[in-house]
Parts: sequence; C-alpha cells; structure tokens
Amino acid sequence: MPELDRPLLVVADHVDGALTHPAAEVLTLARSLTTGPVSAVVLESPDTAALGRYGVATVYAPELGGLAPTVSAVAAEAVLAAVRQADPAAVLLVSSFAGKELAARLAVALDSGAVVDATGVTVEDGALVASKVVLQGTWETTCEVTRGVPVIAVKPTVVEAVAVDGAEPEVVAVPVEFSDAARAVRVLSRTEHPRERAPLGEARTVVVGGRGVEGDFSLVTELADELGAAVGATRVATDEGWIEHAAQVGQTGVTISPRLYIGVGVSGAIHHTAGMQAAQTVVAVNSDPEAPIFEMADLGIVGDLNDVLPQAIEELRRLRG
Amino acid sequence: MRIVVCVKHVPDLQSDRSLDQDGHLVRGEDDVLNELDENAVEAAVALAEEHGAEVVALTVGPDDAVDAVRRALQMGADSAVHVVDDRIAGFDVVGTAKVLAGAVRALGAETPVDLVVTGMATMDGLTSMVPAALAAALDLPALTLASEVTLEGSAVTITRSIGDADERQSADLPLVLSVTDQANEPRYPNFKAIMAAKKKPVTTWSLDDLPDVATAGAGTTVRSAAARPPREAGRILTDTGDAGAQLAAYLVENKLV
Ligand SMILES: Cc1cc2nc3c(=O)[nH]c(=O)nc-3n(C[C@H](O)[C@H](O)[C@H](O)COP(=O)(O)OP(=O)(O)OC[C@H]3O[C@@H](n4cnc5c(N)ncnc54)[C@H](O)[C@@H]3O)c2cc1C
Ligand SMILES: Cc1cc2nc3c(=O)[nH]c(=O)nc-3n(C[C@H](O)[C@H](O)[C@H](O)COP(=O)(O)OP(=O)(O)OC[C@H]3O[C@@H](n4cnc5c(N)ncnc54)[C@H](O)[C@@H]3O)c2cc1C
Repeated sequence: MPELDRPLLVVADHVDGALTHPAAEVLTLARSLTTGPVSAVVLESPDTAALGRYGVATVYAPELGGLAPTVSAVAAEAVLAAVRQADPAAVLLVSSFAGKELAARLAVALDSGAVVDATGVTVEDGALVASKVVLQGTWETTCEVTRGVPVIAVKPTVVEAVAVDGAEPEVVAVPVEFSDAARAVRVLSRTEHPRERAPLGEARTVVVGGRGVEGDFSLVTELADELGAAVGATRVATDEGWIEHAAQVGQTGVTISPRLYIGVGVSGAIHHTAGMQAAQTVVAVNSDPEAPIFEMADLGIVGDLNDVLPQAIEELRRLRG
Repeated sequence: MRIVVCVKHVPDLQSDRSLDQDGHLVRGEDDVLNELDENAVEAAVALAEEHGAEVVALTVGPDDAVDAVRRALQMGADSAVHVVDDRIAGFDVVGTAKVLAGAVRALGAETPVDLVVTGMATMDGLTSMVPAALAAALDLPALTLASEVTLEGSAVTITRSIGDADERQSADLPLVLSVTDQANEPRYPNFKAIMAAKKKPVTTWSLDDLPDVATAGAGTTVRSAAARPPREAGRILTDTGDAGAQLAAYLVENKLV
C-alpha cells in the first residue's frame, strides 16, 4: 500500500489513565499510513507504556491549567497547540460524540475539513482517502479533505489494534493560551457510569433488549455474560427506565459495529437499525414473524424470548462445558 | 432576548435516499424538517415563553428548504431567515457553519442574539459537528448535547450524558446550545398555529447579504459514492421448542462465542 512519508498526529483518548482501545486502533491505523513518525496528543496523564506499544515516538501533553478536557473548546484549543508544534500531515482521532465535536472545531480553526465516522483510511495519490458508510448504511462513499491539515475521525472497531516493539515515548509539554469562550464553560459535576462490562461502542458482541423484555433485562444480561458481550437497549427500553440511557443503540444513541449483534424483543425500527447495521452477524429473537428486523437477520428466531433465551443459555453452557 | 434556532430540511428517513454523481445528497419530494430539529425549536420556543424572547428560525439550503423554517414558524418561532445561494451547494460542515455564523452575525447586527439553539444531528449528514463548528466560528461558548436545559438570569445550565458519564455544565449568555431528543417533547402545531404561521415574515438572504462570510466553500470532497447491496435476510426459524438450542448451536458452529 502506498504510504505518506510525513508525521501523523493522533488524539489518544484515555480513560482513568489508560489508553482506550479505540485510540489504540487509530494509532495502529496511523502507523500503516505513513513511514514518518506517529505522535500522540494526550489531554490527561499519558499512559506512556501503552503509547510506546502502539508505536508512538512523541507524546504532546498540552498544559490545561485546570480546565476540563470534556469541554470541547478546551480540548480543541489544546490539540490545536499540539498541531502547531507537531506540524503533521493529518490529525486522526476517534469518532465518538466528543471526537466529532473536536474534529469540527479543529477543521474550523485550521480552515481545513473534517471527515467523521470513517470506516477506513488509505493513501491514494499522496492523499488520505477516508471511506464512510452513510444514509443509515445504504450508501458507501470515499471522501478526501482538499484544503489544509485533514482531520479524520475513525469509528471504533473498524481497525484491529496491533502492538509493536516500541520504546517509551518522549513527553513534550505544550503551553496553551485558552480563549474566553473555552474558559466560559463551567463543569458543575461529572459522574462516570460504572464499567461493569465491555463498553458498548467497543464490544465485539452486543446483546440488545427492546420493548419485548417488558422491563426485565435479566435474561438479556445473563446471555450477554455468557457471551462476554456488552448490553444494549432500544430507546423504548431506556425511556421506560429499564436500563440507563447510555445503553441506547441507534441514531441518537451509540453506533455499534460488533462482530455479533443479538436483538431480543427488538422490532428493528430504522432509528435503531441505523446504529447497528454495520454488525457482521445479526441474530434476532422476536415473537412477531413480521418484525422488520428479520429482513436483516442472518438468523431469525420467531419465538418468545422467555422460552428461547433460557434454553440458549443452558445449551451454551453445556456445549462449552 | 433574541434566540436563533437552526433547522435543516432533509429527505424523509423512510424515503429512498440517494447521492448523485458528485456525492451530493439528492433532495426530493419527501423532504421534511429534520426530526431532531423539532427538539431545538421546542427548546427555543419554550425558553421564549418562559423568559420572554423573540425566536428566529434559520436555515441554509436550496429553495425547498424554506419549508423547514415554515414548520418552525408553525411550532412558534416568530420570524425566519432562509439563506439560499447556488454557490452553497455541496458545502461541508465547515462551509455550512461559516454561512450559519454569518447569518447569526447579520441578525445580531440588527438586534443582539443571546442564544443560538441547534439539534443534535441531522438525519442526512448525521455528523453532529455543526453545533461545535458554529460555536467556534462565532467564538461563543458552547453547551452541547443537552438532555435538560434551564435558564436562570443569564446562566444556562445543562445536563448531558455522553460516552460513559453524566455531566452538568453551565455558561453565561450569549452561547450556542444543542439539544438531544431527550430534552423535550416537541409540540404538534394546531390549525390556528398553522394559519398564524402564514403571516409570519420569512427573509431570504444570499451569500452577498453576508459580507463577512469567507468564500471558503467545502474543504472536503466526495471521491466516490455507490449504493450498498441491501442486507440479505438469512435463515428464519419458528420456535417449536428447540429454538434456544438451535441458537446456541448456530453461535458455536459459526465461532461467534
Ligand atoms: C428522533 C428519534 C430518534 C430515535 N432514536 C432511536 C435510537 O437511537 N435507538 C432506538 O432504539 N430507537 C430510537 N428511536 C425509536 C424508534 O423509532 C423505535 O420506536 C424503537 O427503536 C422501538 O424499540 P423496540 O424495538 O424496543 O420496540 P417495539 O418497536 O415496540 O418492538 C418490540 C418488539 O418486541 C417483540 N416482542 C414483544 N414481546 C416479546 C417476547 N415475549 N418475545 C420476543 N419478542 C417480543 C414485538 O413483537 C416487537 O417486535 C428514535 C425515534 C425518534 C423519533
Ligand atoms: C451523507 C452525508 C455525509 C456527510 N459527511 C460529512 C463529513 O464527514 N464531513 C463534513 O464536513 N461534511 C459532511 N457532510 C456535509 C454536511 O452534512 C452538510 O454540509 C450539512 O449542511 C451540515 O452537517 P450535518 O447535516 O451533518 O449537520 P449536523 O452537524 O448533524 O447537525 C446538527 C444541527 O446543526 C443544525 N444544522 C445543520 N445543518 C444546517 C443547515 N443547513 N441549516 C440550518 N441548520 C443546520 C441543525 O440544528 C442540526 O440539528 C455530509 C453530508 C451527507 C449528506
């Protein structure tokens, strides 16, 4: 594959001091695109060991002066200071809600352009070309940034993270002059949700419960635990308060692209399928043979989830000893 | 107080949507006010009702896009601005945000704008980038993806739940606010509201009316666009007592566990 020979800068997301899996994926992708150095910009104390393992030579650590990196203007101005110092051929980041806001701000400040929700990036004729699945999974496009420093936000789980034998990176402090607009946002409180299972957006298997579970997520959770899966939900289930809002998969919730999606008591409304159509294998359990989700299921089971799930869980335990 | 609410005209989600040879969205008969912008209009109108304010609906889009602001007028906005210009066709987020920012500045030159409200995403582009890009272009603070909004004095406080955390944030007006579909229940205009909307003013501007919009155009281009084959339905089986076991066997056989 043709490669660039210029440096690339990756915004390396951390959670609780550890490099996140999606960030490791983007670093892996960046390494495949250039023969030049891959550097990282980090908005909290860097996980230098992990950054080294993913091939980072230099870590830019902007000085936030006590401002919260969850405020998008703070993150953007900090990353921008690192971009000015690193002078990269492009900035790559993770396409989460926060990453998309950051991409938007960087593109405005750099007077360039941003492609978000990229499902892959390649080098063609010396330019980065991003692929993107659009219109609820019905169209496939490739896009390119034509002006300035390209900003490309890559969807989680579309690249396999691969470590290399790397040395501990050098950490470079970056001073930042924050604008009044960035300083103006006050973070009054922040509550992290407990991480009991694999985060939804990063999981290889997701079991989703819909209205059909009628308030009881225990079978869905049990099946998920058996499969090492994350638990998701439709909007109906989160609106009813059966599970936290963060579990919502779909248009206005989390977009997932797992290897295996199992929908239980989920009808398959377009607002929901928009967020899971990238799943490699779709399994649906629904008592209504007319449910639209069957049109996209690799295996569809017409049946009552209260019969099908307990038997499936028991059989899985037996088969796997 | 003056509130500007940004709304986009998009193809209906249930219609057959497509891209043209340039990778631009094909607009058609079935275009509607972006569903998630109904939450933005509701937030703007509710704040105006509670605190006393004028609400201006703003859209950037082709001729038909005027229907989006008309819907916003039916939902309670007082007046509307439609920016339409052939030179805007094919703009990306940065270009669109610059035009929106230019229009907000032009409105502010008449009467100061205190609050700019947007939806969380559009059902076509779906980038969720415009609110942050717009705030950057206007150099205003941004409170985005709000699931709850309150205004006290000049301080706006929001609750947001993104990623795996809940956060409360606050900032003083003027600012840019984006709301999610959790923020409110959009009202459904009645006959009287629909009739009243017909009398409300809609101003049309071209790029020439926005002197400070840099002629940036798009910084991104679509190289290729192709329809994907629809996902094919696979095996459907009806439970006759052993479907659970069959499901387990399927997962094991296909190495999915
Ligand atoms: C602006 C907007 C944004 C939205 N965003 C999202 C989003 O991000 N995510 C999302 O999910 N939705 C979203 N929605 C809602 C979406 O349109 C649907 O209403 C929702 O996805 C339906 O959820 P459901 O499948 O759980 O419920 P339903 O459509 O009611 O389906 C429940 C299914 O369960 C089956 N069932 C019932 N009992 C059993 C049983 N015992 N065993 C097996 N099957 C059973 C039924 O046959 C039925 O098919 C959005 C809507 C709007 C307007
Ligand atoms: C399929 C597709 C994919 C695209 N991908 C990209 C991409 O990766 N990068 C990129 O730079 N551009 C992209 N674009 C172009 C971009 O979507 C449009 O330029 C659009 O005008 C702004 O972005 P959005 O629709 O994604 O809005 P979002 O950022 O999702 O919208 C958020 C809110 O901003 C407001 N808003 C957005 N557009 C308007 C408008 N025209 N008038 C008034 N208010 C508005 C609304 O309140 C809306 O709820 C894409 C377009 C399409 C059709």
